[in-house]
Amino acid sequence: MALITDYLVQGCQMLLVLLLAPLLTGWVRTIKAQLLRRRGPSPLQPYRDLLKLLRKEALLADSASWLFRVAPYLIFAALWVAAALVPTFASGLLFSWTADLIAIVALLGSARFFLALAGLDVGTSFGGIGSSREMMIASLAEPAMLMIVFTLSLLAGTTELSAIAQFMLTAEVGLRVSLALALLALIMVAIAENARIPVDNPATHLELTMVHEAMVLEYSGRHLALIELAASLKLLLYLSLLGCIFIPWGMATAGESWTAYLIGVAAYLGKLALGGFLLALFETSIAKMRVFRVDQFLGAALMLGLLGALLLFVSRSR
Amino acid sequence: MSAAASLQVLLEAGQPVAGHRPWPRIVVTTELWHAVIEGLAGGGWTLLGLWGEPGMVHLAAHEAASGFIGVASLPCPDGCFPSVGRLHPPAQRLERALADLVGLQPIDAPDARPWLDHGRWPVRHPLGAASAPAEATSPYPFLSAEGESLHQIPVGPVHAGIIEPGHFRFTANGEAVVRLEERLGYVHKGIEALLAGAPLERAARLVGRVSGDSTVAYALAFARAVEAATETAIPARAHGLRALMAELERLANHCGDIGAICNDAAFALMLAQCAVLREQVLRASAACFGHRLLMDSIVPGGVATDLPADGVHLLRALVAEIRRQFPPLVELYDNTASLQNRTASTGFVRPDLIRQFGCGGTIGRAGGRDFDARRQPGYPPYEQLKFEIPARTDSDVNARIWLRIGEVEQSLALIEQLLEQLPMGPVCVEVRQPGQPCEGVALVEGFRGDILVWLRLAADGTVARCHPRDPSWFQWPLLEAAIENNIVADFPLCNKSFNGSYSGHDL
Repeated sequence: MALITDYLVQGCQMLLVLLLAPLLTGWVRTIKAQLLRRRGPSPLQPYRDLLKLLRKEALLADSASWLFRVAPYLIFAALWVAAALVPTFASGLLFSWTADLIAIVALLGSARFFLALAGLDVGTSFGGIGSSREMMIASLAEPAMLMIVFTLSLLAGTTELSAIAQFMLTAEVGLRVSLALALLALIMVAIAENARIPVDNPATHLELTMVHEAMVLEYSGRHLALIELAASLKLLLYLSLLGCIFIPWGMATAGESWTAYLIGVAAYLGKLALGGFLLALFETSIAKMRVFRVDQFLGAALMLGLLGALLLFVSRSR
Repeated sequence: MSAAASLQVLLEAGQPVAGHRPWPRIVVTTELWHAVIEGLAGGGWTLLGLWGEPGMVHLAAHEAASGFIGVASLPCPDGCFPSVGRLHPPAQRLERALADLVGLQPIDAPDARPWLDHGRWPVRHPLGAASAPAEATSPYPFLSAEGESLHQIPVGPVHAGIIEPGHFRFTANGEAVVRLEERLGYVHKGIEALLAGAPLERAARLVGRVSGDSTVAYALAFARAVEAATETAIPARAHGLRALMAELERLANHCGDIGAICNDAAFALMLAQCAVLREQVLRASAACFGHRLLMDSIVPGGVATDLPADGVHLLRALVAEIRRQFPPLVELYDNTASLQNRTASTGFVRPDLIRQFGCGGTIGRAGGRDFDARRQPGYPPYEQLKFEIPARTDSDVNARIWLRIGEVEQSLALIEQLLEQLPMGPVCVEVRQPGQPCEGVALVEGFRGDILVWLRLAADGTVARCHPRDPSWFQWPLLEAAIENNIVADFPLCNKSFNGSYSGHDL
């Protein structure tokens, strides 16, 4: 019986992230629209868009290979798994031992690899530009992400997210400079990874400035729906990650009562809403940076991560 | 003939044409034509336009030192004329367009490729001896750029956003642009052919639609050319109302542009706020003159609608409202470091190129070319108004934004002065029947730059031939120069800061 419940709760988490992801994207868009004095579409609009895309015919370029067709499924699968592994409303779930930070980074890396290949596959110049820019950003964002992982695992003694969340809930953490640096670095990486302003503009119509949008320019129909959903999942993943590591309060632990789970879900929703609001606020207040300044931006994230890890060593040895 | 000789003195050697007003048109010999080209290439004069009709090619030039404007006409019975573009590059695209439309061939032209005619028209040379198009058209050869690891990026003519069509061929080395070549002509509407033989009323409507965002300036230029040709004097109140409309149009477009440029740096906040300002101007325009963009509000002989009784009050309220809302936006632009970082030093155009091309509007004035048709040659009622022409020399995207900001402030001041001094009286008179063929030319400052309209009226008062020249003709080529040494991703920013007209250019 307990096993069934465990499976059920884990299943709930997987469904929850899938169902919430478009809402989060819609929420950020709504807030952004209102900050620009526009009424904006309903936060439910991304669901309608996905349904519309699913019903539409998927057109393929003549030069598209099998890779172009399978890439959306691979990307979507990798990101769904990654997003479902991050503890959202409860920690210590059935699969929590797989929720390893390094595994998540690897899943994100594979999704990106396939997306970049798909961008190159059709052979259009925009796809090529997008893939080359994406790889440039990735080559800087991934080391920064790993430095953050080092800092956190040094502190918590594990790379397992559930355990990190549990550790953060204990009193012995206290206020640490390393944590603040890691938080800052993770936010910067999250912005770059999710193609948000100032690194990329998710709402742009200017082909020449696109990064993520340029790679998916040739996709249509259900393929595009999967890619859009995957992008929403990625945003949700990073907000969940920030929530579970830095504000784990309210999270239930596995095997607790249903009420605890409900409180966990409510707390999780609150964290997402807050994260989405702050993201919209930040994006409205800043212009996009030049492509060649992204390396400085992510270099700063890398340095912050490195500094966080170093500070830990220094404070340990004392 | 040295370039130091004055254009006026030079042209006196030719045969002046009777009935061409207000500036002379002179039929020149081939020797004089060459002298004019050398003068243009020497930098003393600025090319204002180059157009043709069967058997004749016309060239309008302006001498900044004396303010003299003259049109030189070269008869070319054998269908060709000495190329202007050979020595004076700004004329190259005008020549190619002329060859496409009229069929007159420039001799020794450096670029013999077609320009407006993409081989898809049902006729060849629609303004000359129209003939059936050639069966097979060869692909358009783009200029080459050679080097290791260079790659081409074709952009357009259909873009991801809803904008006008134009093709841009980038040759890039990674992100760095090595060469940009434009290909325009996708929105050719055959306006010049439609204008030939059109009655005045229809012609005015057509010219007002050459480029929709400059409809007031175009209508004003056409009306002034007609009035010059027919020697019609219009009432003082019409002059005032025309200037009022022109400044409203400038205000609306500059507000829109400031926001749109910032939006291309993904700073949507500015676009949203500036769009509110633009909308307020458009609504006030609709309330005062019955059309948001003021289309067909200016007609030959005056204006179509008088300002209603509450118009003065409405426009004063508009000026006060923009005066209240605009300064915080300027401050926002000035204080947003991330935005300044994108605009400053991006898209620099060399001032010597700006002078050579006679590039007008905000692009020219941001690059040290202090030319404004409202000042020189000037037209009423601006000589009675106090206004400054903002000018800068840094010539980058940032400079062009600041120039627009300065012009918004000047337009507001001009609207206030106009409302104060608006004379009473009629707003429209009948255009005088010419009785014999006559010709007129006018130069008017639109928000984009100086618009030239030349026309010939038949004895019955219909338009025999009309050529509107958009300011973009001398701005598009400079965009190619502006993007050099920039990165591909900065092109939209440069392009928006130019905001050239596709429609006005493709005609």
